[in-house]
Amino acid sequence: MTRITGGSRAAFWALFAAPAVWMTAFFVVPLSVIWAYSFGRTLGLTQVDVTGTLANYARVFDPVYLWIFAKSLVFAGATTAICLVIGFPYALVMTFASNRAKIGLLLAIMLPFWTNLLVRTYALMAVMRTEGWINDGLGAVGLGPFEMLHTNFAVITGLVYVHLPFIVLPLFSTLDRLDRSLIEASLDLGAGHLRTIFQVVIPIVWPGILSALLLCFIPALGSYLTPDLLGGTDSQMIASVIERQFKRANDWPFGAALSFMLMYLTLAAMAWRALAERRAVLRKAR
Amino acid sequence: MGRRRAPGPLDYARRWPLRLWVAGVMLFLYLPLASLIAFSFNDSRRTIRWQGFTFGWYGRLASDDALIAAFANSLTIAAMSTVVSVVLGAMAAVALWRFRFPGRSAFDGVITLPIVVPEICMGVAMLVFFGTIAPWPRDLAWPFDLGAIAIAHITFSFPFVTVVVRARLASFNREMEEAARDLGASELRALWDVVLPHMRPALISGALLAFTLSLDDFVITFFTAGPNTVTFPVKIYSMVRFSVTPEVNAASTVLMAITVILTLIGMTLQGTDIAKTEGA
Amino acid sequence: MLIRFENVTKRFGRFAAVDNVSLDIAAGEFFALLGPSGCGKTTLLRMLAGLEPLSEGRILIDGIDMAGTPPNRRPVNMVFQSYAVFPHMTVADNVAYGLKIDKVPRAQRETRVAEALDLVKLGDFAQRRPDQLSGGQRQRVALARALVKRPKVLLLDEPLSALDAKLRDAMRGELAAIQREVGVTFVMVTHDQDEALAMASRCALMNLGKLQQVASPGDLYEHPANRFVADFIGSINLFEGTLAPDNTFATAALDTPVLIEPGATAGPAWIGIRPEKIVMTPASAPRPTGPAARPAANVTRGTIVTSAYLGATTQYDVRTGSGTLIKVTAPNGTRSTSPALPVGTAVWLHWAPDAPVVLYG
Repeated sequence: MTRITGGSRAAFWALFAAPAVWMTAFFVVPLSVIWAYSFGRTLGLTQVDVTGTLANYARVFDPVYLWIFAKSLVFAGATTAICLVIGFPYALVMTFASNRAKIGLLLAIMLPFWTNLLVRTYALMAVMRTEGWINDGLGAVGLGPFEMLHTNFAVITGLVYVHLPFIVLPLFSTLDRLDRSLIEASLDLGAGHLRTIFQVVIPIVWPGILSALLLCFIPALGSYLTPDLLGGTDSQMIASVIERQFKRANDWPFGAALSFMLMYLTLAAMAWRALAERRAVLRKAR
Repeated sequence: MGRRRAPGPLDYARRWPLRLWVAGVMLFLYLPLASLIAFSFNDSRRTIRWQGFTFGWYGRLASDDALIAAFANSLTIAAMSTVVSVVLGAMAAVALWRFRFPGRSAFDGVITLPIVVPEICMGVAMLVFFGTIAPWPRDLAWPFDLGAIAIAHITFSFPFVTVVVRARLASFNREMEEAARDLGASELRALWDVVLPHMRPALISGALLAFTLSLDDFVITFFTAGPNTVTFPVKIYSMVRFSVTPEVNAASTVLMAITVILTLIGMTLQGTDIAKTEGA
Repeated sequence: MLIRFENVTKRFGRFAAVDNVSLDIAAGEFFALLGPSGCGKTTLLRMLAGLEPLSEGRILIDGIDMAGTPPNRRPVNMVFQSYAVFPHMTVADNVAYGLKIDKVPRAQRETRVAEALDLVKLGDFAQRRPDQLSGGQRQRVALARALVKRPKVLLLDEPLSALDAKLRDAMRGELAAIQREVGVTFVMVTHDQDEALAMASRCALMNLGKLQQVASPGDLYEHPANRFVADFIGSINLFEGTLAPDNTFATAALDTPVLIEPGATAGPAWIGIRPEKIVMTPASAPRPTGPAARPAANVTRGTIVTSAYLGATTQYDVRTGSGTLIKVTAPNGTRSTSPALPVGTAVWLHWAPDAPVVLYG
């Protein structure tokens, strides 16, 4: 039953015990508690009675919350689409750049990624607010000022700003693996560059594009800080609602149910990607 | 001749529409950050126009005790989190790389989960866990009062270390370890003498990753932190909520500078270390 | 002239991959660019296709300078070394791709695709996907895809290098037959001299970015322009010495004067003798007589040092009295001469005056 291969049992337990215990105590248990709470009822301020009720999940389907889920999906979807449009040419240039330029372009996209999320969001706030220099500049040519901050526009701009590296890096790695003679063959057969990109490059790297889209979509869907700081009252995403249940409304069971709906969406997206990948491998093996 | 070399058909990096596009992306990425840094040196409270250069806002930061305390908290938590994350992450990576055991794929799945689970979900899980299941003792002396936050940070950081170390281990030549065993080393001794040095570049970049993740984290800390355990990002958040001020600009610039410097140091260290171990 | 290279140079940094090449190729030729790897032959082909910009010089097709013409507007099509068959399209879609771009009407397109697939014997594979094909079949798809566009020139980059030995031999004959059938000019790059000699009507041999010789396969072998050509094509014995006005060549490497055919310029030179043009007889037999004009010439003695029996022929290394190693290939013309003479056998070597080729560079 407990067959351990690859080395002695002592060595295995010496390595395995600590991370396993840690994961169980501080990850599996907390999430399980939330999961249990999602079937519970609020008793007191922080007391929850796990009754097995599905009422919390039923409330998720209340139009108010369905609307927020739908809006979150739309925001994340729009963010992903815009990131793809902006990021694909960037990744293309990176793929075909000289080695030194490649490192420069990689660093250029990674440096903001390493910068604190809060700092980046704050930087956008400063630029977009009514007294910011975009409106200042527009004012100088007689336009505006436009109310940009605390709008849906600001939220999507912020989400794109934050998630661009998530799509550029996987796109680059998939484009970099493409056999260049396929592009050359298409040009040689008379196709122009745009036609080559849409009829040859994109169809061939499509699995890679899908997984890049997912790597952008998943974190965008769960965003908390960006809509919180850049959004207005009508640009709340799921995470903001979850936060409210835990910090202000004190309705933990409902917050737990919302969290798990978000988790299920995330895991479904991951599973779909894994499935697509397995199917691609199977097709290749045939 | 004197003309510039004509680009080949695949020299996309030399076509001007694409160059323009890349330049646009750069502007989009860096203009907000650059203006944030610039205005942290602006001698004006209303920050609309450039009024002259000043270090004044940084001076004001240095005399803000609450901010300094938050900063100290952040660095302490990041240090604790980094040490434990590297150890746990490396152990998990070696265990997964080296051994087949029942429940291996389940463990593999659970350990990658913190990377994909939305931050907000992990945040509320930590809130509930430290709020009701295992309340962190109140009124502990510094730095023990930061324990709950450190534990949360370790939990989402060490899986990243595991990923990095596993990627490195994949390039390990098993025969080196067998040679060590053949020459008389015990199993653990061989791991220590041969596998560990091979892992070192990954340990460095894993440590760097853990440190940055911890220093950067806002969402999970926001849910775990008590009123007396404020970290730098949480403090900045509370300042940002009120308004855009030059102090926040200065504080953000400091945080940005720390991350950039750490990243550059780490990359150089890692680069030279790989060069040394590969004999290149 | 269909294709004209004029002083074409390609530099990568300071390294000249192609160095001042001028070359004409006529319509209907099966032309081979031959040379060791890194000699610049592939770069030359890619410049013709428009995939690589020129550093200097120009390329004309049908008298038109191709300088500003991108690859997709050139009247040439290429069969890539990796075949570059589009993995997301069926065989028929791959072949139809170029015709769709040219907006060939559907009915006509289908006929032409079917014809092209029949030509390469893939008529039954039209609806297959490339990952269901073997390497040889994928190459045929690439060939049909390029030929269906009826290019003025078909470019082939190492067309046989990725095939296994048996398929390569079959494909060699088939490619030559297809070329005769469609009449399109073929320009092929190869590092394999057998391939070039067997298929091409004319070859250009390149080394270090420079053209060494442009000639028919027979001339390349029997009348090499210089030592590099002589040595690269087949195997040869080279000797350095001096050619006297009386057509005798004196070299320290041989203890016999060498009489050659009249017509060569006297002075310091090299001679090359192909191993199969040297006749070997056992030393126990009487000494062979040299040419009538000078019976003492073109005969030497030696001892077999190594012998390699190859079935149709046997290859020997013979060490002469002056210490030189001479390569000799002897046909196993009758069953009784086979197997080979044993190592250590003393032998006579002699050759006709037209066997040596005189080389000056």
